Amino acid sequence: MNKDKRTHDVRPGRITEEKIAANLADMHPPLTPSEAVIDADRCYFCYDAPCTTACPTGIDIPGFIQKIRSGNLEGSAHTILRENIMGGMCARVCPTEVLCEEACVRNTHEDRPVRIGMLQRYATDPIFENNTPLFERAPATGRKVAIVGGGPAGLSCAHRLAMLGHSATIFEPMDKLGGLNEYGIAAYKTVDDFAAREVQYILGIGGIEVRTGTGLGKDVSLGELRKNYDAVFLGFGLAGVNGLGLDGEQVEGVANAVDYIAALRQAPVRSSLPVGRRVVVIGGGMTAIDIAVQSKALGAEEVTMVYRRGQEHMNASRYEQEFAQTRGVGVRTWSAPRTLHVSDGHVCGVQFETMRAGKDGKLEGTGQTYVLDADVVFKAIGQKLLADPLASSMEIVELKDGRIVCDDERMTSLPGVWAGGDCVFGGEDLTVSAVQDGKVAAISIDRFLKDLGPRGK
Amino acid sequence: MADLTTTFLGIKSPNPFWLASAPPTDKAYNVNRAFEAGWGGAVWKTLGEDPPIVNVNGPRYGAIHGNDRRVLGFNNIELITDRPLGVNLAEIRQIKRDWPDRALIVSVMLPMNEQSWAKYVPMIEDTGADGLELNFGCPHGMSERGMGSAVGQVPEYIQQAAAWCKKFARVPVIVKLTPNITNILPAARAAKDGGADAVSLINTLNSIMRVDYDNLTIYPATDGKGSHGGYCGPAVKPIALHMVAEIARSRETRGLPISGIGGITDWRDAVDFLALGASTVQVCTAAMVYGFKIIDDLVDGLDHYLDKKGFASVHELTGKAVPSVTDWQYLNLNHVDKAFIDQDLCIKCGRCHIVCEDTSHQAITQTVNGARHFEVIDAECVGCNLCVSVCPVESCITMRPMTAGTDPRTGRAITREKADWTTHPNNPGRRA
Repeated sequence: MNKDKRTHDVRPGRITEEKIAANLADMHPPLTPSEAVIDADRCYFCYDAPCTTACPTGIDIPGFIQKIRSGNLEGSAHTILRENIMGGMCARVCPTEVLCEEACVRNTHEDRPVRIGMLQRYATDPIFENNTPLFERAPATGRKVAIVGGGPAGLSCAHRLAMLGHSATIFEPMDKLGGLNEYGIAAYKTVDDFAAREVQYILGIGGIEVRTGTGLGKDVSLGELRKNYDAVFLGFGLAGVNGLGLDGEQVEGVANAVDYIAALRQAPVRSSLPVGRRVVVIGGGMTAIDIAVQSKALGAEEVTMVYRRGQEHMNASRYEQEFAQTRGVGVRTWSAPRTLHVSDGHVCGVQFETMRAGKDGKLEGTGQTYVLDADVVFKAIGQKLLADPLASSMEIVELKDGRIVCDDERMTSLPGVWAGGDCVFGGEDLTVSAVQDGKVAAISIDRFLKDLGPRGK
Repeated sequence: MADLTTTFLGIKSPNPFWLASAPPTDKAYNVNRAFEAGWGGAVWKTLGEDPPIVNVNGPRYGAIHGNDRRVLGFNNIELITDRPLGVNLAEIRQIKRDWPDRALIVSVMLPMNEQSWAKYVPMIEDTGADGLELNFGCPHGMSERGMGSAVGQVPEYIQQAAAWCKKFARVPVIVKLTPNITNILPAARAAKDGGADAVSLINTLNSIMRVDYDNLTIYPATDGKGSHGGYCGPAVKPIALHMVAEIARSRETRGLPISGIGGITDWRDAVDFLALGASTVQVCTAAMVYGFKIIDDLVDGLDHYLDKKGFASVHELTGKAVPSVTDWQYLNLNHVDKAFIDQDLCIKCGRCHIVCEDTSHQAITQTVNGARHFEVIDAECVGCNLCVSVCPVESCITMRPMTAGTDPRTGRAITREKADWTTHPNNPGRRA
């Protein structure tokens, strides 16, 4: 940690609330009916469609697009939501450019895919706007399942269990359900409180009890849940944030990107948030993009994303990277943070060492360094499982690389315990994958509960 | 530059593209604009007796759409001209005076009595128009009054009316035929026997476009009710081509000049009609859907095509494909085609596979060695052309004739010798 004499400029109200609202407006405004039909007409109705194969939830994409074309919007929404109850949010946040739209055969034909994500939003928006019920509960089975974590994985699992007639209880430490949809996704990707509306829609099926402000390992233990419920689903995400491993990480001005994004999503007056004049974001994933773009949107003058490897290695898709760049974010690659510069207890800069791929592609330093001045430094180098929820329990769940190990049905090493979402090993850390985990686990839990026989025997 | 000038029954026009008798040719204003745009001729909207008929004040047109709301099929319930005869005649006279190099034909529809023809034909001819076209085709409205297709559906009436017209006319007479019959040949023969100089076809087909899904009434409707209309546009072209070709190749009608009509939108459609026996073509729907400017592509495209094929004039193209049209019984049953998929062009949509699998001969793979790969299985392929028809990529799937070896499907050796149904052993009535 270097001591340094420099001023730091971090303050709220860098630009007006109106300007911020405009900067954080819907990233992709919804399609008009004409646009939707024109794009739907472009779908070739492929057999065993590559887009469907590429979708982690396996949505019948040609099927729902055909229904848009035929004017059967409600049927289209049902086709989407029956595979992915968060099809509305996924239409907004999925990196479609590396999933369904990358697989679209139109890319081969003319280098321009059908806008599947936008069409999915077009088909599902009216359902959430009008709260149209598309799913019904099966007759109650009397079986109870505990869902730990009210994010996409937990909500998806709860909804499918409710459809199958089981009762689900969601335990969520935060005040609101939705997980990263509510707290972690950039504001311009989900405007008009969509995340909360989607949660309300999901709960609308009935049979789902919600206990917010209730954390595993704090208010309730895994042992209790296993005792009191017929099955348990763990979907508590990654509440921990990876550190840089540098001196001075605790000083003023060094913050976790996820915390700031959450604060921004919940802030009633967004111009009240303190914003640095010069912002350095360390990381190359979606969180790094989101915090960089939003810092710019809040009025930061200079925002630089710094990643230790090349642009092609970033977790953020090329599309996301280009989006950030068009929003005025600078991107520096092959640079690793080495020293935080601090003055008066506040960060004022970061020294980076330039990096290269050495033998076997292993990352190595070049010895050359440079310094970026910074009023705020955001850490966005990934999240990790907080050991706490499981550590205090007597139950041992097998972990790998700090995440829960599951089989294909999302069953953990503990009998009667399933898991899904970001807390699971080998996942893709995407909303859509979490939804799929929850769905697959629910179907497996249902089979398990049926094998138990009728309640009370 | 090929010569696009056409002489049809002695009537000259700078190109073979005439506007068909229809809404676009109802007034001098429209015809003027068409000629300014470059149309070679126009057939004036059908004249009738005075006082003129009236039209509904509700929808006259309906359409069916393809991708991107392109109009594929179109229908109308508009009747013949609803303007006074005198107004039309004065405008026709003026237009012919202003555009002497363009073909100007007048369509006419009169009741089945000789006096009417005696009265009106000379009045129309007096305008200086180049010819007459007898509307025996409109299937809606006028047919209820014994005219239009009500005449065209009875060969004796066609012959009689054509004869009356010819009796009083000095200019050439074209009979416009209705497709609302089972066989076009008796109608064409009747026109010829009545003395007509040419036939034009097709007029529109009887049609109802759809229902209104909210009200469950016919759509379009006037005050809740609708009537069948005349169907036209790209969707009817194949029906028209068949009828044109039948007249062109039939022993009794061969040589009767034909003006081809039915769904012509671009120059290739015109080539279809010309090659199957037409000498000029008439266009309506494409103009009503896109405006008169489409004449640019029609003329320019045909011009380039004729150059590329080495034809000096439109005339040389007329009828070129007629000898290739035959009866099914004469098709060479020894010829074997197999579909071939160009893997460099294939976008892997899988449509060829699923249609072959579900509805035909299970002759296209879905995977090869575990990878998505669409390939024709020659041992199953009957050469039906379904995959070619559904493939979204132009020229990706083609039919290739087998010229040697053995057909892996039948195990029969490929031979150059022709053999058709007339001599096939399975044919109980085969020739020895």
